[in-house]
Amino acid sequence: MSRLPADFVLKNLSRRGFLQGVGATGALVIAASWGLPEAFAADAVKKYGGDAMPHGLIDDPKVYVSIATDGTVTVICNRSEMGQGVRTSLSLVVADELDADWAHVRVQQAPGDEVRYGNQDTDGSRSMRHWFEPMRRCGASVRAMLEQAAAEQWKVPLGECRAQLHKVIHQPSGRALGYGELAVAAGALAVPARDTLRLKQPSEFRYIGKEGVKAIDGADIVNGRAVYGADVHFDGMLYATIARPQVYGGKVKSFDASAALKVPGVIKVLEIESRPLPSEFQPLGGVAVVASNTWAAIKGREALSIVWDDGVNASYNSIDYRKDLEAAAQQPGKVVRNTGTLDQAMSDADSTLEAAYYLPHLAQSPMEPMVAIARFDKGQCEAWAPSQAPQVTRERVAERLGLPFDNVTINVTLLGGGFGRKSKPDFVVEAAILAKEFPGKAVRVQWTREDDIHNAYFHTVSAEYLKAGLNKDGLPSAWLHRTVAPSITALFAPGMNHEAAFELGMGFTNMAYAIPNVRLENPEAAAHTRVGWYRSVSNIPHGFAIQSFVDELAHKAGQDPLQYQLKLLGPDRQIDPKTLSDEWNYGESPERYPIDTARLRGVLETAAKAAGWGRTLPKGRGLGLAVHYSFVTYVAAVIEVEVKDDGTLIVHKADIAVDCGPQINPERIRSQFEGACVMGLGNAVLGEISFKDGKVQQDNFHMYEVARMSLAPKVVAVHLVTPQGEVPLGGVGEPGVPPIAPALCNAIFAATGKRIRSLPVRYQLQGWQETKA
Amino acid sequence: MITLKLNGQDHQLDVTEDMPLLWAIRDVAGYNGTKFGCGMGLCGACTIHIDGAPARSCITPIGAVKGQAVSTIDNLHTDPIGQVVQQAWLDSAVAQCGYCQGGQIMSATALLKTNPNPSDEQIEEAMVGNICRCGTYNRIKTAIRQASTHLQGAKA
Repeated sequence: MSRLPADFVLKNLSRRGFLQGVGATGALVIAASWGLPEAFAADAVKKYGGDAMPHGLIDDPKVYVSIATDGTVTVICNRSEMGQGVRTSLSLVVADELDADWAHVRVQQAPGDEVRYGNQDTDGSRSMRHWFEPMRRCGASVRAMLEQAAAEQWKVPLGECRAQLHKVIHQPSGRALGYGELAVAAGALAVPARDTLRLKQPSEFRYIGKEGVKAIDGADIVNGRAVYGADVHFDGMLYATIARPQVYGGKVKSFDASAALKVPGVIKVLEIESRPLPSEFQPLGGVAVVASNTWAAIKGREALSIVWDDGVNASYNSIDYRKDLEAAAQQPGKVVRNTGTLDQAMSDADSTLEAAYYLPHLAQSPMEPMVAIARFDKGQCEAWAPSQAPQVTRERVAERLGLPFDNVTINVTLLGGGFGRKSKPDFVVEAAILAKEFPGKAVRVQWTREDDIHNAYFHTVSAEYLKAGLNKDGLPSAWLHRTVAPSITALFAPGMNHEAAFELGMGFTNMAYAIPNVRLENPEAAAHTRVGWYRSVSNIPHGFAIQSFVDELAHKAGQDPLQYQLKLLGPDRQIDPKTLSDEWNYGESPERYPIDTARLRGVLETAAKAAGWGRTLPKGRGLGLAVHYSFVTYVAAVIEVEVKDDGTLIVHKADIAVDCGPQINPERIRSQFEGACVMGLGNAVLGEISFKDGKVQQDNFHMYEVARMSLAPKVVAVHLVTPQGEVPLGGVGEPGVPPIAPALCNAIFAATGKRIRSLPVRYQLQGWQETKA
Repeated sequence: MITLKLNGQDHQLDVTEDMPLLWAIRDVAGYNGTKFGCGMGLCGACTIHIDGAPARSCITPIGAVKGQAVSTIDNLHTDPIGQVVQQAWLDSAVAQCGYCQGGQIMSATALLKTNPNPSDEQIEEAMVGNICRCGTYNRIKTAIRQASTHLQGAKA
């Protein structure tokens, strides 16, 4: 068993200590961490959850927790903060098990170092569900060490000492020692073995599952002091913008920098090499303008004259591509799930219904455009960036600069939104490439909003085709669904024309309705741009198509959509996702995380009840319902919409019911679902990225519109459902998005009789009353 | 050299007159609370006050504000109404990522200064130019109503 060194104590730890790296805690590193031996031992067994992620889980308190003599508890946060509240939520778990006073807890952001900190990819709605238990153990370990230190100091039996709100109390005598007073002695003790730890009973929780925990970064945010990517500043820093190829795979043929160099403040113009396709996470290349301030870099770039070779994707055109996708959706494709005898059931059906849906590309467009600062000196590169994936970033920077991995440091700032875009390190690699040209100087690469919209890793574009064979009772005996969409995997290898298991597993293969004959197909689609992860990913098209189609089936059957949904779910049962041909299951164990139709029913009934489902509404108003399982969480939404005479929408209310298992920070859970609802409405009503001649046609927020206050529901109510029995944690950040668009469009149908099958809704409702008449 | 009256102090800045205030404030004067979001006055992340009125610093050249008092979120805690708005933001736990919230708070403060008791429609009208990609609009409305109630109470 390893021992903590005496300098367990940290003095004067700055909240912004990360700007100097985390040298302050470096002394705490001791050879072994609990995660590693297991990682090697368990090779033969399939791993799930956090254990299956690169570098797995680490629960060594020496890595994550320190206590200063003044009692300040510092928790290292290994995940990136992008608004989901992870710095607060992970820390409150440690603080709870440690029985610390929240007012004396600080958070320090970990740099990219997965060997030390375990997996740091902040994506997939995984941070709390993977790190809840390890962080509990960290807190409980330190609590035990403090109790032991007190017992030794008082020379009393350990069992008489109890940690309680930042003090250890000797229960018989009432004597107390503060955590700060015990820090040095506790730091000299051995870390207790994992199986000796006493974790709190839920009834003992002080912060976990409770309301009113103050957000770690709240005060800094409202005072403008919170440090995001572009807020890292060095004296003498250089500022760069980059003219990137507008067509995926394009490159610079030639350029003239003479006018750019005349712009006051412009220092240098240089080319960044484009890599061959597929581009993976590498920068797109282009021409960089380096200047003494951002404005000069922007003006300098405008003055560049560049001749581009647009390359193989110069004919990518969204209007034509849509036709290709829709044609492919009418033809048989690769079968990814086949239950029963679909063709027979379809021809035996009493009636059939078919429908086709289309959803365009989207850009994540977090409010903070991509930005990164890098400094290169003496064979070392240090960068500061709002990154969702600092380890991957470190690997790519090392690779691109030809440096040993250990010579690269990636510091993580707060993220001004991420939504999947900032998992890609391309913008940080750009800064590193430029920094290498100016040794000793910090270089900031600032993307403009136009850069962000033109060069996102776009949400896929898809055509969805569904056909149901119906019994006399209106319920389907046969279900055919084809999804056609370019795959994220096309980033990594040529010829990747099918959706991967992780994309199909997002609400397509794992469709859980009780239908005897099901065939799911995935025809080919080639990618002509960078397709990437966008909050909730392929759940967006799959959820929209399925939930819209179920509503269509209910209306065809003349049945209430809620009652129809409940019938379609069938009897309550737990489904092994493997039996639905989904081997992925969000990386989670199928035994621990079966699909539980009772929980789907639970959220449906909760949302419907809260919304007053079935009530009569004034003309032009409607209620719409949708339910979707994603990121091992169950969500239903009921939306009440009013369609004005001119086709504009007013969303009066959204009732969102969520069963994400145990709730660690309920307030932040509700905020995530409120936000996901607004983002989902923006996706549904406004969002569209389109291409012409290989180039994105939208430039800024006037053309790529996102939800503003006017589109937000007048009331949004999130109802957290407490599941029956013991279930593990579900995801929170993403699963709120998928049910929103179909719930809205189902509400529009209820209000107007007009079925929206193609997103965004935008102007489709203009003149809806005339069409109806 | 251009003299900028920023957050109650005169700053001598060596910049061209066409430089948007946003970049002068951030890159040159060194105040980081004002954020870059779009560069076209479309998102409101860069909202500041010029003589108390809200303005988009990304499209306001520094040469256009000579002699005018510019203030940013960094200094809002010195403003009594600003303080009330900031506290309301904390009480309603508005922020998610927080990047746009400085601009949101500046817009909200400017609204409440001219209209201490805005209707829901007036709130929406004043705030529709501020985008929050995290979707915190409902809590923004709640916070503005709370601040408004507080200000009404203080006046009574």
